[in-house]
Amino acid sequence: MSSLDRRRFLGATVAAGATLGHALPAWAQAAGLDLPKALPEGVRASAVLESLPGKRPLIKLSYRPPNYETPLEYFRTAITPNDAFFVRYHLSVIPEVNASTWKMSIGGEGANGQAEINLADLRAMSAVEVVAVNQCSGNRRGLFEPHVPGVEWGYGAMGCARWKGVRLKDVLDKVGLKKEAIEIVFDGADSAPIEKTPDFIKSIPVWRAMDESTIIAYEMNGAPLPHFHGAPARLVVPGWTGTYWMKHVTSIKAVAKPESGFWMNPAYRLPVGRFPMVARFVSQETETNTPITEMMVNSLITSHADGARVGSGSSVGGIAWDGGYGIRTVDISTDGGKSWQAATLGEDLGRYAFRTFSFPVRGQGNVTVMARASNAIGQTQTTSLIHNPAGYHHNVIHSVSLVLT
Amino acid sequence: MRTIMIALAAAVVLALPAAAQEKPISLKRAPGVEKVEANCAGCHSLDYIQMNSPYPNAALWDAEVTKMIRAFGAPINEADAKEIAEYLKKNYGS
Repeated sequence: MSSLDRRRFLGATVAAGATLGHALPAWAQAAGLDLPKALPEGVRASAVLESLPGKRPLIKLSYRPPNYETPLEYFRTAITPNDAFFVRYHLSVIPEVNASTWKMSIGGEGANGQAEINLADLRAMSAVEVVAVNQCSGNRRGLFEPHVPGVEWGYGAMGCARWKGVRLKDVLDKVGLKKEAIEIVFDGADSAPIEKTPDFIKSIPVWRAMDESTIIAYEMNGAPLPHFHGAPARLVVPGWTGTYWMKHVTSIKAVAKPESGFWMNPAYRLPVGRFPMVARFVSQETETNTPITEMMVNSLITSHADGARVGSGSSVGGIAWDGGYGIRTVDISTDGGKSWQAATLGEDLGRYAFRTFSFPVRGQGNVTVMARASNAIGQTQTTSLIHNPAGYHHNVIHSVSLVLT
Repeated sequence: MRTIMIALAAAVVLALPAAAQEKPISLKRAPGVEKVEANCAGCHSLDYIQMNSPYPNAALWDAEVTKMIRAFGAPINEADAKEIAEYLKKNYGS
């Protein structure tokens, strides 16, 4: 921690409590936001468009820790701009790490040795790039019925960027793994205001750590990793949900027994067998539950807002993604799911990226357009919600109602 | 808890100007609101409460308060915890 700049992002109202009025009341600001009607009334009343330092206005769900989602309009392209990318933290003490003095330690009981690596060391190593979606496990939680408590995300707790860094396996090679190593454990610079709150610590299985696609990234879309996205270096686990993508990494440890902290268990768990997960995290599994791993196949119509008036023949489009098997097709239905036709897929930026799609919609009057993505291993989106206690993996087919003219 | 609040107050003085974007969250003025502000806002902004409204029923708000104490270590005494839970149920519950 001594290498970190300890300036904190604690909010100004922490101890001050409510003070006198500020600009518009929250409900008046929220009125300009076109939030999904299925979100809790409380979100629809309190969410506001606000900018964090260095960011465009995003949909503020909570100030502290900062949880801001990306408005739909930024999902019309496969790459999400850094300053429009969603922000998610669990704990509210978020130091602004000084990149010139930052270093991370590599070691643990499952490693043969120990090492310290700074940013210059990382940049001197062989660099790789991957375009990958970072999606919060709880993206769309706010749409769950019955309601699930937590951060009530709409559609925008996700983004896709070109990440540049070094392979995690090259970093681990600096110390070497013992054969008893089963998990690699990550800690970042953020923490909670009180010591008793469990620090945000996450692990991934060794097989996933050694996968060629898993990297320690120091650049995002060609720029140094921005503060709110984990400066100066973060973990990128393409295909897996954002919970594993540790920001502001300070420590990487190989361990011989499962990491047992709160954020691994009971947090981020799914009932066994509920979702078609291929990637398993066996050392963390119990008889009844499993850690979340890869994202479910999903898509989102982003070209038009619900209720938009559109000329017949106009292109309706959006993005599709999955857990890294690659999008094979996106099918469109305008008759309530009775018949489906293939959309045209856009540029392929790799199997971990958003894949754009478009489809000309013809006719007159009211039409509901549904989009359904399928991936290279034959998985497709669900027609009805697969409920689970923490509100993860919402991949219900998305639809928009349009008026064709 | 007093010590913690003092420590937090000290941290606020050192906060970056960049943090000034956090605007006050005005919870409904009703019995118990002061306990909520004093006990909850140290670790998280109070928009978390509004955000989940109105779905949590009495059992769910009880469970949330218990989770803050047991899982996250919030130093809230039993009497305050009860008052906080009652406030949440009456003002942000279903």
